[in-house]
Amino acid sequence: MTGKGWRELPSGGVILEAGNSVDYITGDWRAFRPVWGTAECTHCFQCWLFCPDSSILVDPVTERMTGFDLDHCKGCGICAAVCPVNAKVRRHAGEDLAQDDPRLCITLVEEGRIGG
Amino acid sequence: MSDLIEIRWHGRGGQGVVTASKLLAETAMGRGHYFQAFPDYGPERMGAPIRAFTRLSSQPITLHSQVEEPDIVVVLDPTLLATVSVADGLKDKGILLVNTTRAPAEVRRAIGLAGGRVCTVDASHIAIEEIGREITNTPMLGAFAQATHLFDIEEVAAELRTWFSGKIKPDLIEANIRAFRRAAQEVQGEDL
Amino acid sequence: MSTFEALSGNEAVATAMRQINPDVMAAYPITPQTSTIQRFADFCADGLVDTEYVTVESEHSAMSACVGASAAGSRVMTATSANGLALMWEVLYIAASNRCPIVMSLVNRALSGPINIHCDHADVMGMRDSGWIILMSENGQEAYDNLIQAVRIAEHPDVLLPVAVCQDGFITSHSIERIEIYDDAQVKAFVGTYQPRWPLLDLDAPKTHGAVGFSDYYYEHKRQQVEAIAQAPRVILEVAEEFQSFGRDYGLFESYRLEDATVAVVVANSTAGTARVVVDRLREEGRKAGLLKLRVFRPFPARELADALGHLEAVAVMDRSVSIGAMQNAGPLFLELVAALTLHGVRLPMVDYVFGLGGRDIVPREIEGVYRELFQMAETGQVRQAVSYLGVRE
Repeated sequence: MTGKGWRELPSGGVILEAGNSVDYITGDWRAFRPVWGTAECTHCFQCWLFCPDSSILVDPVTERMTGFDLDHCKGCGICAAVCPVNAKVRRHAGEDLAQDDPRLCITLVEEGRIGG
Repeated sequence: MSDLIEIRWHGRGGQGVVTASKLLAETAMGRGHYFQAFPDYGPERMGAPIRAFTRLSSQPITLHSQVEEPDIVVVLDPTLLATVSVADGLKDKGILLVNTTRAPAEVRRAIGLAGGRVCTVDASHIAIEEIGREITNTPMLGAFAQATHLFDIEEVAAELRTWFSGKIKPDLIEANIRAFRRAAQEVQGEDL
Repeated sequence: MSTFEALSGNEAVATAMRQINPDVMAAYPITPQTSTIQRFADFCADGLVDTEYVTVESEHSAMSACVGASAAGSRVMTATSANGLALMWEVLYIAASNRCPIVMSLVNRALSGPINIHCDHADVMGMRDSGWIILMSENGQEAYDNLIQAVRIAEHPDVLLPVAVCQDGFITSHSIERIEIYDDAQVKAFVGTYQPRWPLLDLDAPKTHGAVGFSDYYYEHKRQQVEAIAQAPRVILEVAEEFQSFGRDYGLFESYRLEDATVAVVVANSTAGTARVVVDRLREEGRKAGLLKLRVFRPFPARELADALGHLEAVAVMDRSVSIGAMQNAGPLFLELVAALTLHGVRLPMVDYVFGLGGRDIVPREIEGVYRELFQMAETGQVRQAVSYLGVRE
């Protein structure tokens, strides 16, 4: 059995490393993976704002989106749902769009499929 | 603990029974003695019959049971005589002190008491005349001091003054002291 | 310089709290502890303490707020009884496992039902597995003294566990007695300043409290707690030794006329005081009666109790609660003492008297009956009945 013994653990269950949730990989929880259409992106940062897992990567200097943190993205699809570019493509709410519609900024593909 | 004295107080909620019990405790402390002052808790409301207890001793008191055989019973409300067995457990040589217009012999007859020594004082009347309200605890303390000789009148009077200062107006404090002294003078007791 | 004051047990505890001046008090009222937090609230209103008083909406919230404040790095106190304690039950375990050195005044009262506000030990017994250190007090003076010492015990780096200071509901909590109140500065110096080890509010060293621990880690955390409470007896005695500067002696328990006794009663809280009177009376008759008053219930001082009781010919435990459905429907103190003595190779006739449930009074006459039975047991070596219910109407 691996893991620290009771003598080595900080008492009280306290976790002393700040922000160490980064080390906990949750990307393998995904069933769907976001794919980004770089040409259509307006770098509005809505996806970054809404992502519950802080998995939208941005460059603070150029103020542009740069991609997804696939180690932590759980594939919830909120980024695709809030993207204003995607919203413009939909003619009405709930309209099903083809995943490979080139007008979309963020599309969701099933994990395991090679897409992008 | 050979000098342990146990006292039971009977009154109704709001009549100052607990205060009387506490005041005696403070007086005992003033002379470096030990005491316990504790009430009997049941449904609490104004007018409900309540009991309080005091233990006094020159030695530390470790006993924590209820008082079963009081040396002294003090009844602040005469209407309780009809409904509460105030003399239950009173020791043979014990003192029963009652706030009433009746004389000791009458009280003894009325409750069918054998043994003990009955003392009475019309504390209600004294309270109304001196203080203007029927809060009988201060006159009863005067009668108590006189009837039991456990405390010096002046000792308790001084404690009363300390207790009341800052809590009530000076003229009301004096009224209470007057009622206290008057009851000490007017209390009647049966000869032993 | 100490002063002597006429105070109830609750008022004495509130006074200790004032002198300690905790950072936070989060509490909810319940008879018979209410006058403690009420008096403390007066101190806050009068500016006599700097405490942040959080008036929560339930005891569950009270202990939750205590845990949060403690994790943040505050010295924290609270008070409760009976069903109030029961309502905070899950958080008690959290307080202990998160190693929050919270100090709680627990005024012992019966658990409903039926609804009962009077003295009973069911409440404290219900928390005996929670990981808290539990101290018992015979009277208001002891509750006051224990509360002061509790702060040092709880905060000791080898311990870091919450401490409950118990006293009997109404019997001592509401009985006004002569209490020696120590000098404010002396108490303050004794408790010192709390040095939290890993406070959440240290923003330069961010950390997490109250994390998840699945089957790969939970067990190790519990083992740590066991280690911590195993250090407690040593720390309790060290703190007691320092406390001697206030002129009082405390240990894990008190042995009264026990060394040369042939029989003894083991009991906790105020009934020990009443038993003391009976012991003295019996001694005057030439009967060698003794008394053991338990002070530290958790951690249970098994070996020390076995050493103290081993020479006796008969022992009676008096339990103010019953573990319904336990072996012989005995009380918890008896069950633990039997195990402790057996484990340490002490075999002697032992009986349990459950008594005083829901505030049923216990008088010297009844305790004298217990001793007379013990003398019989010592003589014959026979136990009439392992567990009896003293004072119940058949």
